[in-house]
Amino acid sequence: MTTFVQDAINAVYVVAVIVFVLGLRAMSSPATARRGILYAGVAMLLAVVVTFFSPSLSNFALIALGVAIGGLGGWYWARVVQMTAMPQMVAVFNGMGGGAAAAIAAVTLLFGLGSRATAGLSLSGAIIGSISIAGSMIAFLKLQGWLRSKPIVLPARQYVNTAVLVVGLGFGVWALWQFSTFWLLPFYVLLLLYGVLLTLPIGGADMPVVISLTNALTGIAVALDGFALVNGPLGDAGYAMVIAGVLVGSAGSLLTVLMAKAMNRSIANVFFGAFGATEEEGTTIQGALKPIEASDVAVMLSYASKVIIAPGYGLAVAQAQGKVRELADLLEQKGVTVKFAIHPVAGRMPGHMNVLLAEAGVSYDKLFDRDEINQEFPSTDVVLVIGANDVVNPAARRQGSPLYGMPILDVDAAKNVIVLKRGSGKGFAGIENDLFYRENTHMLYGDAQASLTKLVQELKKL
Amino acid sequence: MAADLWTALFIALLAAFTGYEVISRVPVLLHTPLMSGSNFIHGIVLVGAIVALGIATTPLEQGIGFVAVVMGAMNVTGGYVVTERILAMFDRSKRKGGPP
Repeated sequence: MTTFVQDAINAVYVVAVIVFVLGLRAMSSPATARRGILYAGVAMLLAVVVTFFSPSLSNFALIALGVAIGGLGGWYWARVVQMTAMPQMVAVFNGMGGGAAAAIAAVTLLFGLGSRATAGLSLSGAIIGSISIAGSMIAFLKLQGWLRSKPIVLPARQYVNTAVLVVGLGFGVWALWQFSTFWLLPFYVLLLLYGVLLTLPIGGADMPVVISLTNALTGIAVALDGFALVNGPLGDAGYAMVIAGVLVGSAGSLLTVLMAKAMNRSIANVFFGAFGATEEEGTTIQGALKPIEASDVAVMLSYASKVIIAPGYGLAVAQAQGKVRELADLLEQKGVTVKFAIHPVAGRMPGHMNVLLAEAGVSYDKLFDRDEINQEFPSTDVVLVIGANDVVNPAARRQGSPLYGMPILDVDAAKNVIVLKRGSGKGFAGIENDLFYRENTHMLYGDAQASLTKLVQELKKL
Repeated sequence: MAADLWTALFIALLAAFTGYEVISRVPVLLHTPLMSGSNFIHGIVLVGAIVALGIATTPLEQGIGFVAVVMGAMNVTGGYVVTERILAMFDRSKRKGGPP
């Protein structure tokens, strides 16, 4: 009887794993993406439900209560949150996964499970899971604005961080050596602290990379927990965790590399560079900021033959995606060609802008990637830069600038550049933008939503 | 090392190649939903959390196992809903506002 039940459960795990892969595959194409998450969802539901029927489990009431609290809480939170806050929500739920992995490792370590090899695997899962949850929570706090998003740099941080990590690992190894669970407490505390210290010096602009990396890390932590469980009494759930975890670990790592590449930064540079904390020296910017009125911009736009809109995080913050679509529609009615230039890392996540503009109903064929649109700027009459800064900063072409080498949108090649911006502050990277001081650039100050509303009103009057 | 661990290692290697293959040709447009979707998939940690709490005996183990289950369940439902909401915006048929 017991083996029959276990066989049936295993069969469901096998199906779930196949469907996970199919779902992930479907998610990597726009036409089938929605089906993909549905597949994965069904597979997950199956896997979780059959786990309840595993023989020799107890504490069912606690399990059901935990699933209910966490499940409903996560569901509700993800439902009510604003679309603009999606990046930090991914960070939070990823952190939850990492925390769960670290907690599972703690339980298996408390059991003192058989061999040192198994305990070592659990310990590794605990290390990675702890770093993942701590890092994700800092990423969340920074993106949410509850923590200063600029790099927070502590003195001698490389040494302090390394010391925290080494001592923490030392406690872990000691706990294994002595089969003494007491030392696990300082081990966890120090590893969590390490996750915090590692993420604090990273500026908000690099958070997408951090979230993506911690996502991959969580996958690996889950897989390590799975490895440790494989040897235990309920090993077969472990295989499902190994496959799904490694799947996420490898896909997530590749995704992280792709993102870092889009910013022309190495992963090491993101984590250890304290990017944006230091000012570039010896560069002074010539010229002055030239403010402009909405009515003048409206005239300029209506007489243009081609307008390109380059959106950034400011658009997301101001929730102005609907207004920008209204503006684009209005201009098209006047016979102006309107295109959107989407930098791969505009906003707080790759594809962030595509998501927002899609929400507002801007059609795909108007959205252009950096490589597709860069040669079009010289033949463009007006570029509207809406709440974007670092991704259009020509400093990226200047050697010695912290941004040097990052591929940017060459908006400065256009005949006119209008920058919609709240104030004269710097971008997320904290670097002065000489685009704003150029001859052909004018600044339209104000919240993007308000400025665009004014622009639309003025355009309607013309 | 036990035979089971070697089996798991072989499986892990194959899964790693699968993950790499599946992601390698993805448009930038889908990076965010894909990150969110893979975030959902590591929610499988809930299965491990249920097992961990299910075999826990001491109050300490039960407490930690309970925390694991709560966090794992949040990972699953939150990850699913976020991904679904992001992808829903790509759905042409149900787009609010629609083309004029």
